[in-house]
Amino acid sequence: MKITRKEFLKISGACLVALSGKEVLAVLDNPAEGQSSSSSAGKARKQLGMIVDTRKCAKAEGCTKCIQACNAAHNIPSFQDPDHQIKWIWEKPFDDIFSSYETQYLDASLKEEPTPVLCNHCDNPPCVRVCPTGATWKRPEDGIVMMDWHRCIGCRYCMAACPYGARSFNWVDPRPHIERLNPDFPTRTKGVVEKCTFCSERLANGQLPACVEACPEKALVFGDVNDPKSEVRQMLAKSYALRRRAELGTGPNIYYLI
Amino acid sequence: MRDKVWIIAGLLLFLGLVTYPAWHDLVAGTTAKPPQLVLPANQKQCVAPLSYMRTSHMKLLLQWRRSVVRDGQTKYVAFDGKVYNMKLSGTCLRCHSQQEFCTRCHNYVGVRTPYCWNCHLDPAQVKRSAR
Repeated sequence: MKITRKEFLKISGACLVALSGKEVLAVLDNPAEGQSSSSSAGKARKQLGMIVDTRKCAKAEGCTKCIQACNAAHNIPSFQDPDHQIKWIWEKPFDDIFSSYETQYLDASLKEEPTPVLCNHCDNPPCVRVCPTGATWKRPEDGIVMMDWHRCIGCRYCMAACPYGARSFNWVDPRPHIERLNPDFPTRTKGVVEKCTFCSERLANGQLPACVEACPEKALVFGDVNDPKSEVRQMLAKSYALRRRAELGTGPNIYYLI
Repeated sequence: MRDKVWIIAGLLLFLGLVTYPAWHDLVAGTTAKPPQLVLPANQKQCVAPLSYMRTSHMKLLLQWRRSVVRDGQTKYVAFDGKVYNMKLSGTCLRCHSQQEFCTRCHNYVGVRTPYCWNCHLDPAQVKRSAR
């Protein structure tokens, strides 16, 4: 059988149309599927999050028990040099973290109110997207942005990507700078990045995160923000809450009651 | 053939130098003497049979690491049905000493000591240094 060039092109074109038709039909059948990226699919799953009640937190002036509990549980070194500091949960002045919400008339005492900040365990974590080795990832079962220190090569892309500064880099061996070693948790080594993991090791034992447990004012509340019956959801239903730089689209899961 | 003596002497010297490490160890009696590992007194059975642990403990450790860190699984069901926490410091080092067990054997066989201990801690050592 002889085939002309014209006929060949016609048949090829028909084949292409037929192939793409299958995809078009699939989208027409289920129009939601095309747009159901992380946002809607993620809502059905468990997503751990935390509420920081700044009013309760402010009651205990000068209290840093959450930070101390975290530091002790996770072998976090203490450095005087701010460039070397390792921070999982730390304090920042209120107007630093919510600068876009403040008015010029806000009292200085409120502006400088120390407020606890930590990794936001984002719905759409930019740190995960940039990690070249898969050393940080979002756990599908509970939404924790986890870290595998074995796999971290210390490129610090994640630190550049995180808009919250929630990640710290070990410029030197941290071990000599740890006040009291906790043998149940590894230290880190020089050249890796670290951050809050929502105490995944404690959650596995059915415990709450160390900071939540240590807070004397019960200002930190932890739970599944996708479960309408959870305590965090009950609280969020009743009060206005702020999230740090939510406008960036990262979907932070730390809520601040003000 | 005038240099016969020199050639043979040179060859002998060369052979002597090349085989020196073997002679030295034979005379000093240090060869074939593996470290006498002290087995833990409080346990009779490791998480896997001895022969498997001897040859493949590194594979087991990698598997544990993957399960705990990547998959969030913390329990290990051993071949005899016993359940263990997959923890290097909390489970392995409860019976074995890092210095006396891991490091000694690794040194003997000339295998680079793995970098486990750059991060993971030996509870016994922590206790000693805290005192």
